Amino acid sequence: MSEIRIEGISKTYPGGKASAVTDVTLTVADTEFMVLLGPSGCGKTTLLRMLAGLEYPDSGRIVIGDRDVTELPPRKRGIAMVFQSYAVFPHLTVFENIAFGLRMQKRPAEEVRRRVESSAGLLQLEPYLLRYPAQLSGGQRQRVAVARAIVMEPAVLLMDEPLSNLDALLRLQFRAELKKLVGEVHTTTVYVTHDQVEALSLGDRIAVMREGRIIQVAEPMLVYDRPATEFVGSFIGNPPMNFLRGHAHADNGLANVAIGTQSIKAPASVAEAAEVLVGIRAENLQASTSAPPNGSGSLRAETLVVEPLGSHLLVTAAVEGQVVKVVTRTDFAVQPGTSIWLRPEPDKLRWLRAADGTALGGS
Amino acid sequence: MATASTAISHRRSPPKRWNLYVAAVAISLFILIPIYLIAVAAFTPRAVLNGFPKPLLPVAVSTDTMQAFLSSRGVGQSVVNSLLVGIITLVLSTVLGAPAGYALARFAFRGRDSFQLLILMTRAFPIAILAVPLTVTFINWNLYDTLWAVALVHTALALPTTVLITASVFVAVPVDLEEAALTLGCTPIGAFTRVAMPLALPGLAAASIFTFVLSWNEVFASVILTVQNRTLPAQVLTQLDNSPLAYKFAGGFALIVPALIFIFFIRRYLFNMWGRIVR
Repeated sequence: MSEIRIEGISKTYPGGKASAVTDVTLTVADTEFMVLLGPSGCGKTTLLRMLAGLEYPDSGRIVIGDRDVTELPPRKRGIAMVFQSYAVFPHLTVFENIAFGLRMQKRPAEEVRRRVESSAGLLQLEPYLLRYPAQLSGGQRQRVAVARAIVMEPAVLLMDEPLSNLDALLRLQFRAELKKLVGEVHTTTVYVTHDQVEALSLGDRIAVMREGRIIQVAEPMLVYDRPATEFVGSFIGNPPMNFLRGHAHADNGLANVAIGTQSIKAPASVAEAAEVLVGIRAENLQASTSAPPNGSGSLRAETLVVEPLGSHLLVTAAVEGQVVKVVTRTDFAVQPGTSIWLRPEPDKLRWLRAADGTALGGS
Repeated sequence: MATASTAISHRRSPPKRWNLYVAAVAISLFILIPIYLIAVAAFTPRAVLNGFPKPLLPVAVSTDTMQAFLSSRGVGQSVVNSLLVGIITLVLSTVLGAPAGYALARFAFRGRDSFQLLILMTRAFPIAILAVPLTVTFINWNLYDTLWAVALVHTALALPTTVLITASVFVAVPVDLEEAALTLGCTPIGAFTRVAMPLALPGLAAASIFTFVLSWNEVFASVILTVQNRTLPAQVLTQLDNSPLAYKFAGGFALIVPALIFIFFIRRYLFNMWGRIVR
């Protein structure tokens, strides 16, 4: 059993102005795939390196399984790590790269050979075992790095942006393969990325980080659907979630949010805040070119740009001067400069405080 | 290093590449012609050598000259002495210098920049000024007229370059590789010896060539600190005035050859490590 418990970890680099990680608490369940997601400089890699033992926290505790590993060096933590740069040893063959950790454990030659071959098999590296890394492509080197980690059968597998150095097509392919692989080896995994698509596709849960803190931890669809803050909503999803600023006031047991001269209905609790943000995903707005019957809760918008993207149209429009992105079917006939009406799916509307961008109850 | 420069030359337009070749040939000739002339002279019979003009081509080859030089008193022993001093210097300066270079490359410690500057200060003292105090000190330590005395001074002379070269070598070895080794079960020392060290070998070899050649060529300290146990340059230098022309050429050739052989053997580490340049 190797649950990871991170308890109140903080870290400031020597000479660093701000702290890299501030009071982070996070529990990763046994065999869970946890993704740390955030923009560069948010502290996600620092957090991962503290799990690995390559950095030590200023305060707080890290527990892996039943052991407090906070002060332990990497080799005593039962972890394996895949680096962004692959970090494959150039002076060793693929076989010896994968065997490196087992050799350090002084495993018998027979066992080393068997385990290296089996994990090389999982990553389709058998034809390359006797080659040197310089004779491999970037994708193959990354496979070596992953094989070298999983051959250790670690309690915890740590991955630091393992796909970010691959080209787009290879990344897509290897992402699916990685997901399958990690599912097969059943190990607790912490995966760092700044790519929200990777996070959504791979994670059992996603921990969204910003400025050294964890903002939201939830299943991918929840993070996507119910962002805890405006930041999460705009960081995850392509296009980012739309946010419309409005005034809320209680109205007859409900709340009314006025956006310019238009308004939409909201749950009563939204009226807690005077200034609110209305969050809605581009695909949850239904666009039509004709005015709907009154009272349907549609918002009128000016079409600014229409972009055909193959599978759909991306329409950029302005509601009372606020820019909104809308995804429509490709047969939606609309010209820039004309008016369209946007009907939000009511259960997809999210309500946030404009003051600090945090989600309001009832949304 | 080598890949970078070839990559650039491939991208060069043809005229520029010609310039590069011309420059390379000119530099090579500048170095090779004197070596060639000394070699020819060293293997020319004495009679021909004493004539005029001197032969530019090996018209009459004979090993008489070399044999006479090598069998003259003290030469054989001084060659051995020079080799020993060079090897001791190489080992000492690597053992002392490589860790310092590693520290400079990997750790941000207080006073790092001043340390880097101070290292070079040892070269700021002219050895002529140090000669007398060194002699006195070595006499007191019973090291005077021993190979150790010469090797210690050579180590002091070589250390600054060893430290700075090894620092730049270790900077070129990605930290990630050592960290990967740590996560795979290495101690910090294990990560150094199993990963950083092998990858740094070409650079360390370059530093050691430099050190060895420096020691092999150094003559001032050797002359001052030894009386009986001369190194080859000291031996040749002190015999130079009262020896025939043949002896000088043979001596010069004997001084060049071991350095060339050493570089020849260690050269592959410079250009061709593990079949590819470390990336």
